[in-house]
Amino acid sequence: MSNVLIVVEAQPDGSLRKATLNAITAGKQIVAKTGGELHAVVLAKDAGALANTVKEYGVKVVHAGSAAHLTNFTADVVAPAGAEIATAIKAEFVGAAATQAGRDVMPRIAARLKAAMASEILGVVGSSGADLQFTRPMWAGAVIATVKLGTAIKCFTARTTEFPMAEKAGAGEVKAFAPAAPAKSLQKVVAFKEVKSARPALTEAKVVVSGGRGTKGDFKEIDALADELGAAVGASRAVCDAGWQPNDLQIGQTGKVVAPQLYIAAGISGAIQHIAGMKGSKTIVAINKDAEAPIFQVADYGLVADLFKALPELRAAVKAAK
Amino acid sequence: MPIKILVTAKRVEDYESKIKVNPAGNGILPDGLKYKINPFDEIGVEEALRLVAKHGGGEVVVVSVGTKDVHEQLRHALAMGATKAVWVNHTGPLDQMMIAGCLQKIIEKEKPDMAILGKQAIDDDQNQVGQYLAEWLGWSQATFASKEESLESEAEKSKTPALKLSADMKSLTAIREVDGGLETLECTMPCLVTTDLRLNQPRYASLPGIMKAKSKPIEEHTPASLGVSATSNITITKMEHPPARKAGIKVPDIAALVDKLKTEAKVI
Repeated sequence: MSNVLIVVEAQPDGSLRKATLNAITAGKQIVAKTGGELHAVVLAKDAGALANTVKEYGVKVVHAGSAAHLTNFTADVVAPAGAEIATAIKAEFVGAAATQAGRDVMPRIAARLKAAMASEILGVVGSSGADLQFTRPMWAGAVIATVKLGTAIKCFTARTTEFPMAEKAGAGEVKAFAPAAPAKSLQKVVAFKEVKSARPALTEAKVVVSGGRGTKGDFKEIDALADELGAAVGASRAVCDAGWQPNDLQIGQTGKVVAPQLYIAAGISGAIQHIAGMKGSKTIVAINKDAEAPIFQVADYGLVADLFKALPELRAAVKAAK
Repeated sequence: MPIKILVTAKRVEDYESKIKVNPAGNGILPDGLKYKINPFDEIGVEEALRLVAKHGGGEVVVVSVGTKDVHEQLRHALAMGATKAVWVNHTGPLDQMMIAGCLQKIIEKEKPDMAILGKQAIDDDQNQVGQYLAEWLGWSQATFASKEESLESEAEKSKTPALKLSADMKSLTAIREVDGGLETLECTMPCLVTTDLRLNQPRYASLPGIMKAKSKPIEEHTPASLGVSATSNITITKMEHPPARKAGIKVPDIAALVDKLKTEAKVI
């Protein structure tokens, strides 16, 4: 019996961040092999409401840790509180979604637990707890490694595109606890500049339209096609480096990893680091002037064309097809 | 007020390298690989140099763990302007906990005001060492440090540091890349920063810098001399390439593309 603990994340408005449901599925896959219990922990100023949401997703116990010092989900305070509950329930596995927040706090929780960690896991392999291993990407996804963690407690972050969202599966129990306040506060969030968009979230969208250097910074046609398709907008590194689009839109090895039904890459040459962030998409369309662009090697449908001419045509055709 | 900053220089395969798994499936083929300083670490070295320049001098201590080959990366950082190089001589897997343990011991000896590490190394892509280190030192952490100005802005051209230290050097403000936007985080010093892509554009080493770096001494340690266990807690049992995507087709025009998307892929 080895218990699994999933660290829950909230969105800025306090509601559940969907990526947590992907991490819960990873937790379920581990429990199916180890025979332990699946627990979750919510750490917030007032954790009750979010814990009540999470308990619906097939989690046995949701630990609701409410404390004023947890108003912001900063690593200095989340790590001691997360480690405290992991120790209390004798968790053997502790994980979170591989979001920016998960990537920030999970290694610090692991450090506190003297636990080794596998980042961005893609799958859970092995037939029992004793030989349980994780698969994870290395070298921007050029290699998939199977890894075994040798510490008593093992930590992970789960890549959201590789684990489906958990579905509602009977209510678990919510247990409140009061995380101990740290001796002194180390970090304080003083501002948050949100990238506001009426479009779907990049990591949850069914369709993504992405622009690269070929746009020369002009995203009007990318935006218009995205709106016609109800899609999210993404960007390559060059676009974000130049300040043409917010960093939050960058798709790739170190940015967002997406796997929509349809990914349209316009004016993107297709560096391996970009492909690492979108190659899990079901259908990939590439539009590029350069017939030799590497993006065509991963595209299901490639069109050699000027995006400023092709995108308006595509938008008109999509509209006509509705 | 002068400032002392610790940075790292991991030796990694060049980002353009074609990585090939060996036939045994337990490592990669060394043929034709070029090695560089981890690009995120290089951004850390640059930011440290800018902070030292802004705060009236100081020291930048660069650390690398690995075989003697890492001298190349240490000398790269020295050529950029780092003042001291520390080598942890180790052959074998580079486990995150072992590296964080070595860095912790070196920080306890060197007593820097802060440390700036790459957020991840582009070989194992783990993104862990900075966070482990911050916890074990009891320091604040500002991961994924970035800035609001673009890499083509005036602030970047004038080599202004993106990390802001308070006048009394008791706190540091960082802009972080977080889910859904940019966060401004105020950290008590000492602080552990990890760099994201757009914190800065690292400088090229000058020729005099490269010449001077050649003769600078490199301080040597081992995990054992630092009192850190060199046993790896992470065992890679298999390496393989992911399945390749099936080669697609080129379509002649938009009409053909839309037809394929409707009738074949059924996505619109």
